[in-house]
Amino acid sequence: MSDGTTEVDVTPEPQPQLHGCPVSDSRGQTVVHPTRAQYVALMKKLLDGGYVMCSDLTAADYLTHSGRTLPEGIDAERFEVVVNLTAIATRDRIRVRVQVPESDPTIASLFDLWPGTEAMEREVFDMFGLSFDGHPDLTRILMPEDWDGHPLRKDYSIGRIPVQFKGSNS
Amino acid sequence: MTSVENIFKTNEGAQEMRARSEISAKEILREVGSVLRMSEAEAAKLGQIPADADEDQTMIINMGPQHPSTHGVLRLMLELQGEKVLRCKPIIGYLHTGMEKTGEELTYMQGGTNVTRMDYLSPLNNELVFSMAVEKLLGIENDIPERAVWMRMLLSELNRMSSHLLFLATNGMDLGAVSMMLYGWREREEVLRFFQKVTGLRMNHNFIRPGGVAADLPAGWRDDVLEILEMLPGRLAEYDILMTDQPIWRERLQGVGVITADEALALGTSGPILRSTGVAWDLRRDQPYLHYDKVEFDVIVGSYGDAFDRYAIRINEIRESIRIVYQILDAMPQGDYRIQNKKVTPPPRARIDESMEALIHHFKIFTEGFKVPEGEVYSAIESPRGEIGCYIVSDGGPKPYRIHMRAPSFVNIQALPHMMRGGLVADAVAVISSIDPVLGEVDR
Repeated sequence: MSDGTTEVDVTPEPQPQLHGCPVSDSRGQTVVHPTRAQYVALMKKLLDGGYVMCSDLTAADYLTHSGRTLPEGIDAERFEVVVNLTAIATRDRIRVRVQVPESDPTIASLFDLWPGTEAMEREVFDMFGLSFDGHPDLTRILMPEDWDGHPLRKDYSIGRIPVQFKGSNS
Repeated sequence: MTSVENIFKTNEGAQEMRARSEISAKEILREVGSVLRMSEAEAAKLGQIPADADEDQTMIINMGPQHPSTHGVLRLMLELQGEKVLRCKPIIGYLHTGMEKTGEELTYMQGGTNVTRMDYLSPLNNELVFSMAVEKLLGIENDIPERAVWMRMLLSELNRMSSHLLFLATNGMDLGAVSMMLYGWREREEVLRFFQKVTGLRMNHNFIRPGGVAADLPAGWRDDVLEILEMLPGRLAEYDILMTDQPIWRERLQGVGVITADEALALGTSGPILRSTGVAWDLRRDQPYLHYDKVEFDVIVGSYGDAFDRYAIRINEIRESIRIVYQILDAMPQGDYRIQNKKVTPPPRARIDESMEALIHHFKIFTEGFKVPEGEVYSAIESPRGEIGCYIVSDGGPKPYRIHMRAPSFVNIQALPHMMRGGLVADAVAVISSIDPVLGEVDR
């Protein structure tokens, strides 16, 4: 290090921003990190800016994750809503990651911007228990209506059926 | 609750479609297929709840989940006035087996066996997108050997053919062209026979794996592929006589289940449904992966957005796939079929007999799997049904921390209420068929 083989740049590069939200790069893919307050306004701007298709909306539960890199100014929370947008005209993709705290697992719905997020938000509600404000019909979609818990949360254990071996003593 | 009580409690509660008087205006709008959010002025004009007949003149019936034309266990609740469909609500989840949760318990090496079972009609595309996501996380996506890349393309295109052939079969059966069902399955079987020769299995191959493919192509593969390529054009011409040019067929499909480009985009649909509306969006051309930028093919686009366009797109996409496969046959290079990276590739069988280290390596890689650097990535490819995406979050361990598959059918099914509105019950069958949903992928 000290012999100058790797020059460490001490001046921090200015944080790239998009519509006032920090932007990071994940394996060559652009990721925007808005806060919950900025979320809908940012999505509206992205939609107006050509991202006409909402390809995917999902979530992740970072309860047992060993630590992830987030841009400065973004506090890690337990849940993260991940939205993948596609711009048809420029053939471009962008990803939006929003932190959602465990104490208040709600976030605004994108239904008014992309009606196609309806089923995806229901799936996130079903699997993670995040509720979406403004969603027309927030019910379970994959699990039965009377199911307890939200299966893709990390503290929801997968069931196991004990294997019994014939003739064993224990 | 006891299991007996469970058996009798078969309704889905709040997931079901309810009477108009019980639900919000927003939900009714969605169920009658008003999907577009327009300017306030336009919305005021069109966004009104349509003045349909009173509740005592309509009835809500179930179509499915056991209905043969729902392609699996799709359940539609339809509000009917006589023969006319007023509202529609798809209810899914009957095939849900928690595959995304299962995926978190399987190593990256085993993950292929899981994802390949989601869209069971195009298993190789599922494996491909999963492998591409893992390779991107590993940072080896540009080091995959040429032969493996071309092999992946070959299998992916043949899979597109087999999937579209099955669509032609089931579409024919749904509309009463029962002989078409036999022909479609027959031709698909030829393709599956080739898959069996290459991968050992007709379906659920787990053949495309992170780092390359599982094995090299078998001897005589080129003749087998050529046989398929030479057989298909004649058969497709027969389908044209049997269906495309036939007045009854056109009557049943043209103008049925119409959707506009704006609506299709707003709903997030992709694949033949989006292309039928005139939007030329094909990830193979627009965001090329593998070597799709090195082959020549046309993106088939419709103009009316009806069920006939979606049928015609698929039958012509088989022709384009034939064109692509001919080019792949010319381009197929010699060489490795998987990356020579000790980290992700198990040692060859012969080495295990001679080398202790190879044996240990083999044991470790199959029991523990390989570690993937921390990060998250989304990769997407064009499956026969549209954009299939794979979102993986890694925490640096040998298993995905979170794996999510963006299933094209799951999103495309949302277009059903819109396509159904105002049509006849008999057309509902044609509309479901034209979406070509695979319920294994919808419910995962």
